[in-house]
Amino acid sequence: MKEYLLGNVAMAKGLLEAGIGLVAGYPGTPSSEIIETLATLKGDLPFHVEWSVNEKVALEVAIGASWTGTRAAATMKHVGLNVAADPFMTLAYLGVGGGIVVITADDPFCHSSQNEQDSRRYAQFGAIPCLDPADPGEAKEMVTYGFELSERLNVPVMLRPTTRVSHARSGVEVGQVAEIHKGSGFYKNPARRVSLPVHVRPLHIELLEKQKRIEEALAGTPWNRLSLSGDHGVIASGISSLYAQEALLEMDLDLTFLKVGTFPAPSDMIRQMVEHVSKVIVVEELEPVLEEQVEKAARKYNPDLEILGKESAHIPRFGELELLAVRNAIALMEGLASRSGQILGETLNVLPHRPPGLCPGCSHRATYYAMRKAFGKNAVFPSDIGCYTMAVPMGTVDTCLCMGASISLASGIRFGGEEKGICCSLGDSTFLHGGMTGLLNAAYNKARITVTILDNSTTAMTGHQPHPGTGFTATGDRTEPVSLEAIAKALGAGFVKTVNPYDLEAAVETFKQAKDYPGLSVVIAKQACVITAKRGGQKSQTFKVNDKCEGCLVCVDFGCSAIEFAENKARINPLCSGCGVCARICPNSAIEVVK
Amino acid sequence: MKTSDCDIVIVGVGGQGVILISDVLGRAAVKAGLPVRGAETHGMAQRGGSVINHTRIGCRFSPMVPSGGADVLLALEPAEALRFGHYISKDGVALINTEPVLPVSVTMGKSVYPALEDLVAPFKGVCKDVKTLDATVLAREAGTAQVMNVVMLGALSKYTPIKEELLLEALCDVVPKKYLDVNNRAFQIGKAEVE
Repeated sequence: MKEYLLGNVAMAKGLLEAGIGLVAGYPGTPSSEIIETLATLKGDLPFHVEWSVNEKVALEVAIGASWTGTRAAATMKHVGLNVAADPFMTLAYLGVGGGIVVITADDPFCHSSQNEQDSRRYAQFGAIPCLDPADPGEAKEMVTYGFELSERLNVPVMLRPTTRVSHARSGVEVGQVAEIHKGSGFYKNPARRVSLPVHVRPLHIELLEKQKRIEEALAGTPWNRLSLSGDHGVIASGISSLYAQEALLEMDLDLTFLKVGTFPAPSDMIRQMVEHVSKVIVVEELEPVLEEQVEKAARKYNPDLEILGKESAHIPRFGELELLAVRNAIALMEGLASRSGQILGETLNVLPHRPPGLCPGCSHRATYYAMRKAFGKNAVFPSDIGCYTMAVPMGTVDTCLCMGASISLASGIRFGGEEKGICCSLGDSTFLHGGMTGLLNAAYNKARITVTILDNSTTAMTGHQPHPGTGFTATGDRTEPVSLEAIAKALGAGFVKTVNPYDLEAAVETFKQAKDYPGLSVVIAKQACVITAKRGGQKSQTFKVNDKCEGCLVCVDFGCSAIEFAENKARINPLCSGCGVCARICPNSAIEVVK
Repeated sequence: MKTSDCDIVIVGVGGQGVILISDVLGRAAVKAGLPVRGAETHGMAQRGGSVINHTRIGCRFSPMVPSGGADVLLALEPAEALRFGHYISKDGVALINTEPVLPVSVTMGKSVYPALEDLVAPFKGVCKDVKTLDATVLAREAGTAQVMNVVMLGALSKYTPIKEELLLEALCDVVPKKYLDVNNRAFQIGKAEVE
């Protein structure tokens, strides 16, 4: 039966149909719905699914399960693989027990990411097979194949959807949940499980010798298809193959076409193509992974071949592709006219911007307001990855590099010679993911900085996933919640204080104390995410502006979308969540509770 | 050669229910045995920002509607209609809810929200038809402003190659039972509005 499924849901169903025994991951757009779906569907099914504290941990948990003979997967976004790179690279040497599929979702155009790195390079780097799906249906089929290939060749397999696959929907054939591929337990085999130099030297050679078999196996999959035709050709991979196919059909061009869905790409098909055509355009998003393979084949089989792509600037090396860009690149190769999109005059200039921002009543806004009040606007405010990154206009987000970096950057900024106040901030989930080691390091090396943990008791940005501080697992089971305060103290912070940011005066006072503390201080600003509070049915007071408003704009500059300004007066609109912070900052007591 | 039977671009503001509309369309298309593709906005962009959703019915290619390719531009908010107006095809129809959602810069008094005529006028002459409806008021007539998206779905139903029964069946699959009546009313009101 076909269902209209999101790519990530399709992959989750694929994992169930492949007899998965364990899935672990850390939330990250565009990958999060894979584990969310499995956690929802789990019920009494005998597999293990978890939100791990970070991607490195997730992959290691998956490897452990695999080494008992159980099929295991790890899910993450592309930059999560940087965190998991350490186990990832050596795993390829040591090999698997039960199959391992690493699902890493790329985000060309950085829709919700800090960079647009291409995970196919990681697969190349690790010398493992990579499956590059064009749509949700392919992504699902590739899951089962990935496990079979992983077990057959004793290597982990990467499945690399992009945003337009993970967050695309299509009619996908859904089958039965398979019986779990469960192993018989861990068996001792130091030569393949202990990465001593004496063990890994021959394993590296084995991995290199395996490359030929990997390529042969991939070449025979249904996701690589060659149709020999005209003297000019198009080679395209992943979702780009759909843009290319549509462009060829739309322009009614009968070119030789190679669709690629695996890496390494099928070298025999590339050879046939390269020998058949005089000119070829390579269409792929981001890095020229396929283009380099085509260039290599051309050197050997057709040195006169004209290759168009990234190098020739027909296809950009950044951002997302789309139909028109691909169509016009092929048209350019064929000497045909390009087609422009629709243009609605110069009227777009009249449109006010609508950037994403903090929710009305978000406690991060209150925390940052108090922080700025205590530290002054000239202090240095390293920040991190989460909803709060959107608070750049408040002046309290001076840096955002990668998960958990705020604390280590703050330390480095101090030791680099910065003498002003330094107050960094990161969310609770980000702190548990990658901030704890930075805090330990700051304490150990005696960095005089203030660390703020914006504790809204959830992973809000990616869709409110639980973490070790929440007391719930991915499936909603109760677990012992860890105390951020206890962790901060244990890691060596001398000053640790929790404050409710809605209690603005107390928050400012706490930040002042932290600023004056002659060592490493930690402020935990604790208040539930307004979205989860609202979902939990939390009733709150409503506010209004009274006659005392003088139109001073202090509340408007606070930047909450529940506060409007018209006819020289402030006004509270129905978006108000009732946090009451604006009433506290109003110098004229003009904002009051509706009785 | 035509590569899709009906390309629909649905735009609005995070929280207006754009995804529900495409989910109903997609499910109904699957019920009709048609190939269908969709693409959604998730993650950071959702937080009160502009949202765009592509749905391609009778299409086997990518889920992305090209600029100038939309047979229907369904806008749940008038400024967003213009922001994504370049998606509409010369033969396309724009269906626009006239109720604005003011961006923060406007409510803060730092920029001005354009007059409705200025948002709609640029569509005249560049596409086949523009229809405006006050879907938010119509939704209140149906029972609650929250079903504004379903009023728009009802209006859209006239322009899709999918039978109404299948759309209603799919709507029944995605909305909670207790809200089914108000959703069905909203659908019919929206449909009547464009007839």
